[in-house]
Amino acid sequence: MNTNPINRYPFIAIALVALVSLASVDMAYGAETDDPLLTKVMIDEFENDLSSNSTTSWGAQAWIGYDLNKFWIKTEGEYSSGDVIDAEVQALYSRAIAPYWDLQMGLRRDLKPSPSRDWAVLGIQGLAPYFFEIDAALYVGKEGRTAVSFSSEYELLITQKLILTPEIEMNFYGQNDPDVGIGSGLSDFGAGLRLRYEIVREFAPYIGVNWSKKFGNTADYARDEGEEDSETQFVVGFRSWF
Amino acid sequence: MNKILKSSQLMAPGSLVKAPGTLSRRRFVMGAASAMMLASLPFTQSVLAASLRKGLTTLSGKVFDLSIDYQTVNFTGTDVRATVVNQSIPGPLLRWKEGESVTLRVKNNLDVSSSIHWHGIILPADMDGVPGISFEGIEPGETFEYNFTVGQSGTYWYHSHSGFQEQTGMYGAIVIDPKDADPVAYDREYVVMLSDWSDEEPESIYAKLKKQSDYYNFRERTLVDLFDDISANGLVNTWNARSMWNKGRMSDRDISDVTGYTYTYLMNGNTPEKGWQGLFRQGERVRLRFINSAAMTIFDVRIPGLKMTVVASDGQNIQPVSVDEFRIGVAETYDVIVEPEVDNAYCIFAQSIDRTGFTYGSLTSDQALTPLIPPMDPVAVLAHRDMGMNMEGMDHGSMDMAGNGDKAMNMNKAMEGMDHSAMQMDMAGNGDQTMDMNKAMEGMDHSAMQMDMAGNGDKTMNMNKAMEGMDHSAMQMDMNNTSATGLGLAGYGSNNEIKHVSSEFGPQVDMRAASPRSGLSDPGIGLRDHQSLYKRKVLTYADIKGLTPTRDKRQPSREIQLHLTGNMSRYMWSVNGIKFADAAPLELEFGERVRITLVNDTMMTHPMHLHGMWSELETGDPDFIPRKHTVIVQPGSSISYLVTADALGGWAYHCHLLFHMPGMFRKVQVNNA
Repeated sequence: MNTNPINRYPFIAIALVALVSLASVDMAYGAETDDPLLTKVMIDEFENDLSSNSTTSWGAQAWIGYDLNKFWIKTEGEYSSGDVIDAEVQALYSRAIAPYWDLQMGLRRDLKPSPSRDWAVLGIQGLAPYFFEIDAALYVGKEGRTAVSFSSEYELLITQKLILTPEIEMNFYGQNDPDVGIGSGLSDFGAGLRLRYEIVREFAPYIGVNWSKKFGNTADYARDEGEEDSETQFVVGFRSWF
Repeated sequence: MNKILKSSQLMAPGSLVKAPGTLSRRRFVMGAASAMMLASLPFTQSVLAASLRKGLTTLSGKVFDLSIDYQTVNFTGTDVRATVVNQSIPGPLLRWKEGESVTLRVKNNLDVSSSIHWHGIILPADMDGVPGISFEGIEPGETFEYNFTVGQSGTYWYHSHSGFQEQTGMYGAIVIDPKDADPVAYDREYVVMLSDWSDEEPESIYAKLKKQSDYYNFRERTLVDLFDDISANGLVNTWNARSMWNKGRMSDRDISDVTGYTYTYLMNGNTPEKGWQGLFRQGERVRLRFINSAAMTIFDVRIPGLKMTVVASDGQNIQPVSVDEFRIGVAETYDVIVEPEVDNAYCIFAQSIDRTGFTYGSLTSDQALTPLIPPMDPVAVLAHRDMGMNMEGMDHGSMDMAGNGDKAMNMNKAMEGMDHSAMQMDMAGNGDQTMDMNKAMEGMDHSAMQMDMAGNGDKTMNMNKAMEGMDHSAMQMDMNNTSATGLGLAGYGSNNEIKHVSSEFGPQVDMRAASPRSGLSDPGIGLRDHQSLYKRKVLTYADIKGLTPTRDKRQPSREIQLHLTGNMSRYMWSVNGIKFADAAPLELEFGERVRITLVNDTMMTHPMHLHGMWSELETGDPDFIPRKHTVIVQPGSSISYLVTADALGGWAYHCHLLFHMPGMFRKVQVNNA
């Protein structure tokens, strides 16, 4: 039910204009510009559930911008037997606020499950001491909806190319939203372990295992739908960036 | 008109040896591409070896026509488009004469703006060849005429100062013959030009570094290293040793940004598959003019079996120093004299600082002989000193080493890389251990140190020996009762406090050296233990003294402290946390004598190049201050040099690592008073 197109397009336009205007354009000097406009697309996870071959999930990001200011898109979701079950997109302005941290703000839309939900986002992404990659955000939606997400990942190099990546992810919601199967409080927790081999820096196939569990009302809603409140998946997929 | 000389070598007056292989080379001089074609012809390696090895084409005279073109080259098995000067990589060797005026007509046949900068040459600001500072650059199809009088002699080089064209092949050597007799005696000379080649576009490398700064580093710590450390040092020690790095999100394996993963290292344009070859005759003293014209690669050079006598640094004569090995930063030059014996092939071995690759040449009396190529040395791991930190938890305010016996040795080890300011040492009765002590003291800063060596007997001599090349600035200060300004005396370096200015704080800077030490007598990361491990004497800046007396003996009137800063993971580089695009020019008053103190707040080794004026490195002897154009600033360390602002106009001042340069760059403006 996407009857309420929110005004994210003006926001994106403003963000892009801001980015371009922040660019340093003195190419005339005796050196290349230090801060060229770059883009990076990162498919962090694109994987198939080995136990139910029809389920594929993704997690990807892309940015365009400069050293300190970027327009950032994030998406994740899952489809099964050709139907998108779960899909979320974020469009963010990302600004470096510390050597290892970016402050991100913008909009998130949960396209699936229906009905869709829109959120304003304020997040932080970066590298914590001891090399933990962190992505955490606060979301505020309509009708008093609020949410918090947190994920963390660690890269353990077994060799230069064989890399084990444990990660955790959790979501909290401020209130029940039974239409989309979300309950208040800690809604779900996931832990994953992926072993990838970087054939080249930009491409790495992996195998992995995911465990996830729903809590509280979210678990109840799932059980009402006849779903399990926890599941373990063995996955095969690839990670890529360019 | 250009006079084309021998293609393979330079010959000193009096040398009658003709280069073997010259005839065939004349036909094959068109570059690596044709050489690669020939490699597939059915000749044996030994027959073709000499002709396949490329030498440098020499142009001499007063008027030079140079053209900048695209050319297809093949260093790796793949045809790639290069940007070249006069159809070769390196470009032609330009031979000038001190005191003469030269004219260089440079035609740009590229699709984009280009330029040539005469590196290390003292000349008028508008002849310096830096687009946006000296001139507007040379537009496609245009010819720019450089005219200037050559007022110096020695080994220099030239390169493009536009975009990243330097990496794609735009560099060549300059040798300037002195107008008077050369103080350096030699029978034969060769230019040894080191460089790095990548089939990747430099813009693409730069973009990759911005997206993933360790893209080219395949030496990161792994689980295997962790288990090795734990089994060697135990879990607790390993955790303690690692926590500093892990908390700081720093890699101790980050030696070079761009590595042998993409670079092929060249010597005079030859890949290590071929090697370069230089010939000599019995009894000859051979002068090797080393030039590091790489984009991003610092090299460590040695010739196993030969002592090298370093006679010039950055083109300027120095008091001869005998060494086994030296580090040459990007853009530095060193002239060395070697006296090889006949019937032997010596390997001129140049390994990259991060040991991901090397290039080599052979120095032989018989072109059929091939040298034994040594293995690369182990790669170094960065230490806390490279972050500009003292060893944690150790107080050296007062040290008593008397009677330590065997323990002294361990102590010595621990003392590497520490700051011994205000340290008192009592070495009485150390006996044999004193010698080890001496060793450990190399490369330290002994400001304000007091030494009591009573009772050391014979060992005192060793002690003294070890003290050579140290930074005794404060000791000198005491003796001289300080200069009126409160600055350190000329020749001894800075006495000033290291201060991190507010612009150094922000997302663009990931590290600030807490207690940087002097980099003067530091051989550098990866070379520090070569004396003890292999008995190789490694050149340090502390060894370098000018051959002729200091010209400007004034004290510095002020000191400018500049911090080399960056954020490795974002791949941003700056000075004082401010990148070039946002920085105001550094203003100097014409005629003033200033000290510049560079503080390296990163873990990278930065070769800093000041255009237009000499960087007079303060190596401890005010009467013989050596003049350099490019100065290595060791990781987490500081170094000072004096500058006489005797060149009006705008000048570039930057890190010569090509991908650091866009940000770690300042314009220096010398104004009339």
